Amino acid sequence: MSERLLDIRDLEVIYKTDLETVHAVNGVNLHLEKGKTLGLVGETGAGKTTTALSILCLLPERTARVKGEIFFEGKDLLKMKEYELRDIRGEKISMIFQDPMTSLNPIMTVGSQIGEALALHNEQNRTKEQIEKRVEEVLEMVGIPASRKKDYPHQFSGGMKQRVVIAIALACEPDLLIADEPTTALDVTIQAQVLAMMNELRERLQTSLIMITHDLGIVAQTCDDVAVMYAGEIIECGSAYEVFTGEKHHPYTEGLFGSIPNLEVDSARLSPIEGLMPDPTNLPEGCKFSPRCPKCMDICRSVSPSEYVEGGHRISCHLFNKEEAK
Amino acid sequence: MSALIETKDLKKYFKVPNGFLHAVDGVNIAIDEGKTLGVVGESGCGKSTLGRAVLRLHEPTSGEIYYKGENIMGYDKARMRALRREMQIIFQDPYSSINPRMSVQEIIAEPIIINHMFKTRSEVFDRVAELMDTVGLAERLSGAYPHELDGGRRQRIGVARALSLNPKFVVCDEPVSALDVSIQAQILNLLMDLQDELGLTYMFITHDLSVVKHISTEIAVMYLGMCIERAPSKELFKNPLHPYTKALLSAIPIPNVELRHKKPEVIKGEVTSPINPKPGCRFAPRCPYASDACTAQTPEFKEISPGHFCACTRVQ
Repeated sequence: MSERLLDIRDLEVIYKTDLETVHAVNGVNLHLEKGKTLGLVGETGAGKTTTALSILCLLPERTARVKGEIFFEGKDLLKMKEYELRDIRGEKISMIFQDPMTSLNPIMTVGSQIGEALALHNEQNRTKEQIEKRVEEVLEMVGIPASRKKDYPHQFSGGMKQRVVIAIALACEPDLLIADEPTTALDVTIQAQVLAMMNELRERLQTSLIMITHDLGIVAQTCDDVAVMYAGEIIECGSAYEVFTGEKHHPYTEGLFGSIPNLEVDSARLSPIEGLMPDPTNLPEGCKFSPRCPKCMDICRSVSPSEYVEGGHRISCHLFNKEEAK
Repeated sequence: MSALIETKDLKKYFKVPNGFLHAVDGVNIAIDEGKTLGVVGESGCGKSTLGRAVLRLHEPTSGEIYYKGENIMGYDKARMRALRREMQIIFQDPYSSINPRMSVQEIIAEPIIINHMFKTRSEVFDRVAELMDTVGLAERLSGAYPHELDGGRRQRIGVARALSLNPKFVVCDEPVSALDVSIQAQILNLLMDLQDELGLTYMFITHDLSVVKHISTEIAVMYLGMCIERAPSKELFKNPLHPYTKALLSAIPIPNVELRHKKPEVIKGEVTSPINPKPGCRFAPRCPYASDACTAQTPEFKEISPGHFCACTRVQ
C-alpha cells in the first residue's frame, strides 16, 4: 500500500448556537494516498464543504465543535497551533473555492493576489523580481497571458477568474489540493476546459486532489476513489470502478444514479429519491437514510448500520450485513 | 399540424453605452401543441431573453410572434393581459421569484384574484388547494412563508402559480438548475406528468443537455443570440451537425467510468461579445474548422434533412 497523505478518523463536527445544534459531520473516516484523486459526492447539506474546511481548520471557532483526528503527513492537524497551521495552509494544502466571483479580492490585481501567496510562504527566499517571474509562470501555466497580471478580477470572465483562483492555489505547489465544486458556476464548455487543465496540472505536479462535487459525471471522469456522503456520513466509498460498476450499492447511491437523466438510454421517467434530506438539527435514529429508503427494514429505523467491506469497497447499510443481523 | 406558437425573425436588442447588445438576433421557432421545445445554450446566449420576448415580457425589437395563428405583436396592453392567462412562465430561481412576505396560499391565489376567475373567496381557496395537490404540496403548508420551505418546494409553488390560470403554453426558464439532483428529478417528473394530464405546451430553457434530452421533443441550440441548430431531440443527439453542438455534447461529463479515457473535444476560447457583433458566423472565432467563408457572411439557417435545421457553411 502506498503512503497515506491524509487520514481522517472519526471526524465529527457540530455547529452549536443558542437556538439549535446542527450535526453537520457525524463520524467520517477517509484517507487519501499520495498522487490520487478522491471524489467527495453528495447533495447540498451533506457535509462535504464542512469536511473540507475542517481539514484546513477554517471552521468558525465560536460555533463549530470539531472532534476526531485528521492526520496529514503523520501529524494531527486538529492539535496544531495556529502558527503551525499557517505554514500548512496555502503551502502544503490549498483550497479552490466554489464561487470564483466572490473568492477573489476585487481591489487587488490578480498578479498581486498570486504574489501574496508566494511572499507569505517564501521558503526559497525569492526576491521581489523572482516572485514577479514566478507569478508570470503560474499565470501562463493556467492559460492566462502573463501580460494580464496587472488586471483586476472584474476584467476577467468567470472561467478566467476560476483559472486565477487555481493559479493562486497551485502557486506554492501544494501536496494536497482541495477543490470545492470548482466548476459549478461555469458553463459546460468552460467546465471542460478547466477540468482538462486541472487534470493535466495534477499529473505534472503530482498533487493529490480532493474533488468535492455533486456531479457524478465529473467524478467518473476525474477521480480514482469516490466517497458518497449523506447527512454527514460516508455511506459508500471505494474506487471509482467499484462505486460505478460494482453490483452492490447503498440505496442512496442507486437513487443518485436514478436521478440523473441518462444520455445513452431513453427512459420516459426518472426514478428520483422520494422525500428530502433530513434536518441536521434533528437526525433520524438508526440509518439516516431510512425514512427515504425504498428498501428500509425494521432494523434500519433503530440501529445504525455497520460497514460492509468487500475489498476496498465499503457500504454502510443493513442490506449487506444480513449475517450480522441474525 | 399548425404550431401553437411561432416566431418569425424575432429580434431583441438592448441599448448599451457603446452600441446595441444583440441578445436575440433573428430567431425562428415553432412549437406544436402539447410538445416541448428545449432551448439550450451557455450563459449569455440569449435563451432567457428569448423566453421573455416570446411572452412580450421584453418588448421585441422586431419580428413577429404568432399564437394560434394570430400575430400578437399588434395587441394592446389589455388584450395582451388577457392573453397572458394562456401563456405563463416558471422562473429560474425559486428563492427570488416569489414574494417572501406572502404565504404559499396567497402567492398561488394572486393571479386567480387579479384575473377575476372566481366570484367568492371560498372558490378561490378551493382552487388553490386543488393546485397545491396537483403539484404535490401538502395542505398544511398553505399558511407557510417561502423562507420556511426548501428549494424543491418553492419551485413547486412557482409551478402551481404558473398553472393557476389554466395556461396552454408555459415557458420554463431553467426551472431545475438551482436544485439538487434528486429534487431536480422530482420536479422534472412533475412537469412531464402535468404535460400529459393538462396537454401543456412547453418551451424549456436550460443549459443542461441531459435534462433537455429527457424532456423535449425538439431542441434548439442557441449561440450568441442566434439559433444555430434545431432538430428533433433524438436526431440532434444522434447526428449533431454544427461544430458548436458537437462540442457542447462532448463537454458533458458522463457518469460512466468506462469512458474516462475518451478525451472530450475541448473548444478553445470563450463566448465573444454580443455587442455590435461582426457579420459572419458568430461561432467562427472559436470554431476549429473556421474558414474565410465563415467570416464573410452569416450562414443561412436551412433545412438539411427533414426537420433538422443548421446554420453552418460547412454543412450543406
